[in-house]
Amino acid sequence: MFYREAGEFSTTYKDDSQTFPIKFDRWRYYFVLFVAVFVIPFMVNDYWVNSIFLPFLIYAIAAIGLNILVGYCGQVSLGTGGFMAVGAYACYKLMTSFPDVSMFVHVIIAGAITAVVGVLFGLPSLRIKGFYLAVATLAAQFFLVWLFNRVPWFYNYSASGQINAPERDTFGVLITGPNTEAWAAYLFCVVFTIVSAVIARNLTRGSVGRKWMAIRDMDIAAEIIGVNPLTAKLSAFAISSFFVGVSGALFFSVYLGAVEVGEVFGINKSFLVLFMIIIGGLGSIFGSFAGAAFLVLLPVALKVVGVDWLGWPTDIVAHLQLVIVGALIIVFLIAEPHGIAQLWRVAKEKLRLWPFPH
Amino acid sequence: MLDQSEGYTTADGRKIGPVVMEMKNITLRFGGVEAIKDISFDIREGEIRAIIGPNGAGKSSMLNVISGFYVPQEGQVFYQGQPRPPMKPYQVARQGIARTFQNIALFEGMTVLDNVMTGRLTHMKTGLFWQSMWKGRAETEETVNREVAEKIIDFLEIQAIRKTPVARLPYGLKKRVELARALAAEPSLLLLDEPMAGMNVEEKEDMSRFILDVNDEFGTTIALIEHDMGVVMDLSDRVVVMDYGKKIGDGTPDEVRGNQDVIDAYLGVAHD
Amino acid sequence: MSEAFLYTVEVFLNGLMAGVLYALVALGFVLIYKASGIFNFAQGVMALFAAMTLVGFQNGQVPFAHLINATFGLHVTTFGWNLHSTVAVFLTVLVMIALAWAVQRFVFRHLVGQEPIILFMATIGLAYFLEGVADLMWGSEIKTLDLCWAVGACLPQGGNLWIEQATEGLGGEGFYGFFIDSLDIVAALVAMVLVAALVAFAQYTKQGRAMRAVADDHQAALSVGVSLNFIWILVWSLAGFVALVAGIMWGAKSGVQFSLSLIALKALPVLMLGGFTSIPGAIVGGLIIGVGEKLFEFLIGAPFLGGATENWFAYMLALVFLVFRPQGLFGEKIIERV
Repeated sequence: MFYREAGEFSTTYKDDSQTFPIKFDRWRYYFVLFVAVFVIPFMVNDYWVNSIFLPFLIYAIAAIGLNILVGYCGQVSLGTGGFMAVGAYACYKLMTSFPDVSMFVHVIIAGAITAVVGVLFGLPSLRIKGFYLAVATLAAQFFLVWLFNRVPWFYNYSASGQINAPERDTFGVLITGPNTEAWAAYLFCVVFTIVSAVIARNLTRGSVGRKWMAIRDMDIAAEIIGVNPLTAKLSAFAISSFFVGVSGALFFSVYLGAVEVGEVFGINKSFLVLFMIIIGGLGSIFGSFAGAAFLVLLPVALKVVGVDWLGWPTDIVAHLQLVIVGALIIVFLIAEPHGIAQLWRVAKEKLRLWPFPH
Repeated sequence: MLDQSEGYTTADGRKIGPVVMEMKNITLRFGGVEAIKDISFDIREGEIRAIIGPNGAGKSSMLNVISGFYVPQEGQVFYQGQPRPPMKPYQVARQGIARTFQNIALFEGMTVLDNVMTGRLTHMKTGLFWQSMWKGRAETEETVNREVAEKIIDFLEIQAIRKTPVARLPYGLKKRVELARALAAEPSLLLLDEPMAGMNVEEKEDMSRFILDVNDEFGTTIALIEHDMGVVMDLSDRVVVMDYGKKIGDGTPDEVRGNQDVIDAYLGVAHD
Repeated sequence: MSEAFLYTVEVFLNGLMAGVLYALVALGFVLIYKASGIFNFAQGVMALFAAMTLVGFQNGQVPFAHLINATFGLHVTTFGWNLHSTVAVFLTVLVMIALAWAVQRFVFRHLVGQEPIILFMATIGLAYFLEGVADLMWGSEIKTLDLCWAVGACLPQGGNLWIEQATEGLGGEGFYGFFIDSLDIVAALVAMVLVAALVAFAQYTKQGRAMRAVADDHQAALSVGVSLNFIWILVWSLAGFVALVAGIMWGAKSGVQFSLSLIALKALPVLMLGGFTSIPGAIVGGLIIGVGEKLFEFLIGAPFLGGATENWFAYMLALVFLVFRPQGLFGEKIIERV
């Protein structure tokens, strides 16, 4: 009853290839956008922004990026943490070198630099496949973290080896640094997240998206029908790394403000983002959001239940979290390899017919 | 002997044009094994050319040479009068050669429509930037190519399963979708690797009708491998017969039928 | 002989010893991969889990003590006994077999026939799960591991005096002889015995033959009456045993802690070098990586690049190598077909 598509017919191919061909979905999408941009900024406080909204928005960008590579193009990468570090350090160098330039520009250029690095580490994908490639991307992970740890130029020779985000603004509003207003940081990230999602959607529904999926499903056949594996794979690496770099830049500059590379962008970060897309749904933009939301909320929920209600020490809760995340990954891979996105799709199918399923 | 430049007219009155593709003295080895030994033949514009032979004769290898997947150690491929340099399979595809596979090679994670649209990829040129914008160039290009794809879908009568994921389809339909994907490229030369393998009589009839229709309506040149002799003799204009990597016969179905080597190869003869 | 050369030789020898340990972990990977096509990312965590369990048994720790205390407000920590090493090792082997059964029963039985990459990701989930369970069970603090069978018959610690004395003076006055960890020597010997035993097992026993049959073709093996389930549990048990040995050696060297499972990730480039399916490949690959990273650090990394290049050298080496030879040193050639 909630959901009717009877009477809706696409009369042109243009209508048929919309993201939300059903009117109800379309309106809901506009509503969510409206709330995200015009309502939430005026209602949130520091706690909500810093512990939920910022990590969610930023991880969603990273998850979209990784999903393009893994979910759409089928190239498994375990180097996400390293590429996020590239975005963070590029952003840091830009912020300190060009203090007067808007943060928007910095973040986008940081993404572009990460894209170049991503292509570089994506080159081996032309020769090696599957988990050979997954392990090869570990080289990127370990090498990049080492690089930012050991080469002082990257952290401007600071004594602690950390990088700290200086105060920078965009259109006169502070975006980074300790004096940033919660709504400004939120709004800045939400713009990046929405634009990233729209771009990712546009790319994946068009010809380049089909090239990626063709490579994913059967690379040899893809090549024989005219897909150049070189450009297809490298474009996936470039675009994926661009998004991951943008998220790394935001993660450092807007969210954390200070970063020690081994701690923040270590291999666990790579796994975390990979888990987001497995749980959320491989090959789905919505799934990237769902997975990011899930894994951002899970520790918060566990902390509330375990520490605040049951009074357990935090280390037990942290260990329990490992157990739960690990188990969830396995459960999802067994029961629903397409993740939350697929559960959502099935629920919609059911709702469409409810309450008369026959 | 057929006239090399002019072409000929078939028994049913179709005009066959000049040579489109010519294989000259092709030899292909895998390690020490010679899969193809010094084979030459040609394919003319508008004709249906069959390659037949017992299992292991090197037919599929031959098709792989044509589509650029294998590079022969010796010999030269001429395409539209020009010697073709060794090139990657995707470059061959962009020259207008499309194919289907013996073991269906569809993209299982995509819908039928998306699979057919992948056949249009060689015709879609919009850059990444415009695609990321969607509105404008990318959308226009998508719509134009969608029209072509829909025409093929219509032609092969698979409208009803347009949005079905390929993985859910039965075997016969998958074969048809694969043909649709190849046709969507609007190829000048279509290679079919056992299009009727594993089909029942009705499905074979359907497939034969589609192949003839494609040849008839779009004027597509077709080279096919097939085991069903009845089908081959009915469909094809000229037949190449291979055995143990060698060519043992070449000509119209009737000529081939009368060839003693061919009869030996199929019925078996004592090798000494 | 010049001193610089002798130091290089010392680094080389130490690299060989480290390489043996890498090979040991890599062996666990190869076993599982050959028999089930699963690339077991959790092998490192299994080594950690085994070592923690062993220490826990030795010290008579109560499993899940923290959790029990937090839930019921108790203060239990130990049973108050210290188990003999032999008993503790035996019990740990039993635990690893139980783990093998559980992994097979609850995870991979449900994933039969899935794509390899899905299985791979499942093992990453398994790694997280196991790590969490190990921490909950035995606590996450760093533990020392020491195996003793009798007074004085412990796993050795420190440099090997005999080698040190034998080589003293080779380079003139200032050279004190090669420093090689005695533990590394023991580890190398154990690893060699283990490899020999595994090869013999695979070649000459009935179960070994069944294992190789499964590795070749699941369907065919099933049709001649091999129980896939049994073989997979067997293989995971063997891998668990190998993990235990690796865990003991590494744990005794640098303490039982989380980083142990990361060191085990070094086995991945070893595999890429050696090829996933080859036992000799795992050994040769391990030695190449061990020697390569130590020499690189000594000759180039520490003097010119700021050190700690061991973190990535192995991966980079494997990456560059793979670009030229995608199937690894000993792997079977990949033939693409349509």
